[in-house]
Amino acid sequence: MWWLSLAKASSFAPTQATKIAAEWDSLYQFLLVSSLVACALLIGGMIYFVTKYRRKTNHDKTPYISHNSMLEFIWSFVPLVLFLMMFVWGWSLYYDMRTVPSNAKEVHVYGQQWLWQFEYKNGKKLNNEFVVPVGVPVKLIMTSKDVLHSFYVPSFRIKQDVIPGRYTDLWFQAEKLGEFHVFCTEYCGLDHSKMLAKLKVVPLEEYETWLATTTELTGGPGAQIYNDKGCVACHSLDGSPKVGPSFKGAFGKNSMMDDGTEVKVDENYLRESIVNPNVKTVKGFPKAVMPSFQGQLSEEDLTAIIEFIKNQK
Amino acid sequence: MSTDNKAMGRKHHFAHHFRSAEHEYESAKQGIWLFMATEILMFGAIFAAYAIFHSLYPSMFAEGASHLDWRMGFINTCVLLVSSWTMAMAIQSLQSGKGKNAAPYLIVTLLCGAGFMVIKYLEYTHKFHLGLYPGKWFTYEGAQHSNLALYFSFYFVMSGLHGIHVLLGMGLITWVLIRTMRGEFDEHYYTPVEGVGIFWHIIDLIWIYLFPILYLIG
Amino acid sequence: MAAHVQTGKNYINEFAGLKSWLCSLDHKRIGVMYAIAVGIFFLVGGIFALLLRTELFSAGPTIMGANTYNQVMTYHGAVMVFMVIIPGIPAVLGNFFLPLHIGAKDVAFPRLNLLSWYVFMAGSILAISTLFTSKIDTGWTFYTPYSIRTSTATVTMVVAAFIMGISSILTGLNFIATTHTLRAPGMTMGRIPLFVWALYSTSILQVLATPVLGITLLLLVAERTLGIGIFDAALGGDPVLFQHFFWFYSHPAVYIMILPAMGIISEVITTFSRKTIFGYTAIAYSSLGIAAVSFFVWGHHMYVSGQSEIANVIFSALTILVGVPTAIKMFNWTATLYRGSIQFTTPMLYALGFLFLFAIGGVTGIMLALIGLDVHFHDTYFVVAHFHYVMVGGVLMALMSGMFYWLPKMSGKMYQESWARISFVFTFIGFNVTFFPQFILGSMGMPRRYFDYLPMYESLNRISTIGSYMIGFGFVVGLITVIRAIYSGPPAPANPWGGKTLEWTVASPPPHHNFDVEPVITAGPYEYR
Repeated sequence: MWWLSLAKASSFAPTQATKIAAEWDSLYQFLLVSSLVACALLIGGMIYFVTKYRRKTNHDKTPYISHNSMLEFIWSFVPLVLFLMMFVWGWSLYYDMRTVPSNAKEVHVYGQQWLWQFEYKNGKKLNNEFVVPVGVPVKLIMTSKDVLHSFYVPSFRIKQDVIPGRYTDLWFQAEKLGEFHVFCTEYCGLDHSKMLAKLKVVPLEEYETWLATTTELTGGPGAQIYNDKGCVACHSLDGSPKVGPSFKGAFGKNSMMDDGTEVKVDENYLRESIVNPNVKTVKGFPKAVMPSFQGQLSEEDLTAIIEFIKNQK
Repeated sequence: MSTDNKAMGRKHHFAHHFRSAEHEYESAKQGIWLFMATEILMFGAIFAAYAIFHSLYPSMFAEGASHLDWRMGFINTCVLLVSSWTMAMAIQSLQSGKGKNAAPYLIVTLLCGAGFMVIKYLEYTHKFHLGLYPGKWFTYEGAQHSNLALYFSFYFVMSGLHGIHVLLGMGLITWVLIRTMRGEFDEHYYTPVEGVGIFWHIIDLIWIYLFPILYLIG
Repeated sequence: MAAHVQTGKNYINEFAGLKSWLCSLDHKRIGVMYAIAVGIFFLVGGIFALLLRTELFSAGPTIMGANTYNQVMTYHGAVMVFMVIIPGIPAVLGNFFLPLHIGAKDVAFPRLNLLSWYVFMAGSILAISTLFTSKIDTGWTFYTPYSIRTSTATVTMVVAAFIMGISSILTGLNFIATTHTLRAPGMTMGRIPLFVWALYSTSILQVLATPVLGITLLLLVAERTLGIGIFDAALGGDPVLFQHFFWFYSHPAVYIMILPAMGIISEVITTFSRKTIFGYTAIAYSSLGIAAVSFFVWGHHMYVSGQSEIANVIFSALTILVGVPTAIKMFNWTATLYRGSIQFTTPMLYALGFLFLFAIGGVTGIMLALIGLDVHFHDTYFVVAHFHYVMVGGVLMALMSGMFYWLPKMSGKMYQESWARISFVFTFIGFNVTFFPQFILGSMGMPRRYFDYLPMYESLNRISTIGSYMIGFGFVVGLITVIRAIYSGPPAPANPWGGKTLEWTVASPPPHHNFDVEPVITAGPYEYR
């Protein structure tokens, strides 16, 4: 089967980090090879015919061949059988993808514009990165806080849309240590292409110590809200502008709005921007992108997040 | 094209690309039926959505239906059935050469359509009065099911789309009525009346499905 | 015909003035009006495409921001799908040649035909008008709930798509009635040219699928204005239902695009092989077969959308079945070449280019149909590459082939072969340079609709962008060749290619009423004996 290695070299798929990925790669190789053969037959035949039967004179006579039942039966039936075979193979791969082992560790995933949030059973929460043990099945239970997203790990060859109002799930068992990319593959608006997360695969013991340690966030309850409510997706703390203005040094300054007015960033302005964000938009930033947090934050929460912003000097 | 032919007076001749008047009639009728297929598919899709949500929230639909007055729906069904009959009679009188009777039948059809819309208007204003608006405008206080607004979304979208079709149908009937009164139709040429008639029957048919699924099944 | 050659009267010069065009009920003139409109929209969509590719030339912002990119991406898709590819072949070439092919003087409902054009223009202008208001950034698929929440001009765009849908329905309905009732004496369904079979299958799809898109778009409008909640999870609705409805139309729409293209290929290959088509019946019925199956495969756009796993498996099985009639067509065309007398004119080159690209588009289609394999490919550049191979490589190659094939008939002028070939070479090579790397990008996992990408994808994106400029150049050369031919080309004879179908029996350009004497048909369409 030397020709299989040919296709392997040209498959260009990302690192193969699960058993599913290995199964996927063999199906892909099979299809690459059979496609290559099919195209060679078809395109080769075409090129051969057009060169061999070029028009020689303007009075060329051609034979009248209207059909050939046997030939037509063969080229309908053989592809049908081949296609059905491929379908069954694809089906069995899909079956493996969807059959979650019962001992899988569960992690909750929330998609929101433009941030992935991960929540472990012990309450540990992370933004845009998460850690899983090697060789242990992990099940992701996913939902969206706003629009459609899609959770995609190229190295594991798995993908699942993340939908508001219901749960979808995905499982994998990483076989390789390292860091892998997570992409959002369902168009979700402005920063769709920035909605990336990092998946770290570590040995089981390391995973367990990591899970047990809780890193206290510096910055108090405001920092917690900043992370949990996803402010972090659009507002940086280091002065770099993202979808929205950075929080660094924002408080107390005069800020230019897109209608030309100048507004002093004080507590009440920040409050309005959180509860009713589309009234004023800072110049140079897209309009009507931020969702309203009315009813989602208590008075104490609002004060905490505003205090947090004040402290970013 | 050939209708401009002055020698023929107001009487319809057939267009240049047809072989005969019958040929033109056949084509026109096929076109109308194809258009009806699109209407049925359009409503079919929303019926499918109804079926899906009905299986998700049967109790919501039951509660929603209880807010509708089935007697109003029943009267409207009868009104439309009568109008379908008068429409058919208008066509039949044209076909059998009694063109004079067609106009009165069409007028009755038109009145039935108007009656239907008046009853619909009464039903709608009653719902609005109670705050039974669709979707996010829903303000009714006594809802048992948390998604009752969704039922009224279906109610207003389905009956509203149907209502728009009734209004369109009434416009078309007015158009053929004027042409009938001008004496443009006879037993040889009545294609527009027949086309409008088919459209009217389809509207009627759609209501015959809408009535039970909105008012009765619940 | 001889009489007309002497009087010099044809559909172009029989009446004069702009009004005689804008009020014309002649299917040929309406076809030409569609050609001008679609041509302009193609340029608009093409400029958007080049802007996208330029932005993607390097990682990070290159010439625009993420917001603009998302809008350009949406307009490229919406303009190309709703305003170019769907009306492209049926409304332009179909309008012009369907009646000529079946020996009719016009389509069944000429007034409705003109109305379709106006409705189409109204929808298009409304769609373009959003460019000058708040624009739209939902992607051409308008997926909920994003399309409900975004602040852009979704309602206007959706209404525009709805209006264009009406136009599409009216054209389809007209073509079905025409094919059924206006065939010349002796023109049985077994003798109509394969282009007509393709248009006929397309029309069935247009009539049966478009209404579902219509209601879906209306519901989306109601969702945004009334908040009815059917597609909004926050109000108890189901956002995925929108996808089901949308693809119930938009998957058949894919065949609305490709079937007429296949029809053109059947015509061009027979003419330039000077040989009867191989397997007329198989090709005709495979068109109908594809049309029928296409109604039951929409779910393959939703393998990872969260629909049930059983549904996924069934959709996968049905999708794989579409491969069979498609393969049959490919084999039949290749077999037609066998022992033919092949002439490498521009239309034939485009047709052969079609076979080449469609073969690649086809086999990658099989890969995407396989459910397990698609999970990785879904919403990556692999999908982008696949549908550009079938939609651009397939439909646009066929449209160009058809334009050059019938240009002598439509305009009465011959084009310059050398320039037309240059146009082909650039579009064909440029096309492969643009889209083949995207297969690899997709395999590597680069998601679609990305404004920015990881540095590892950069080199292939650069190649792709360079290829897109080649395509752009090729199309511009093609356009100039066509315009030059119309203005200063040498007059075309009635039958420059030695074609056998009925349009070649009348003068170029055809007289106002197509046929002076109604033709009587006694044999099949491709009798090269």
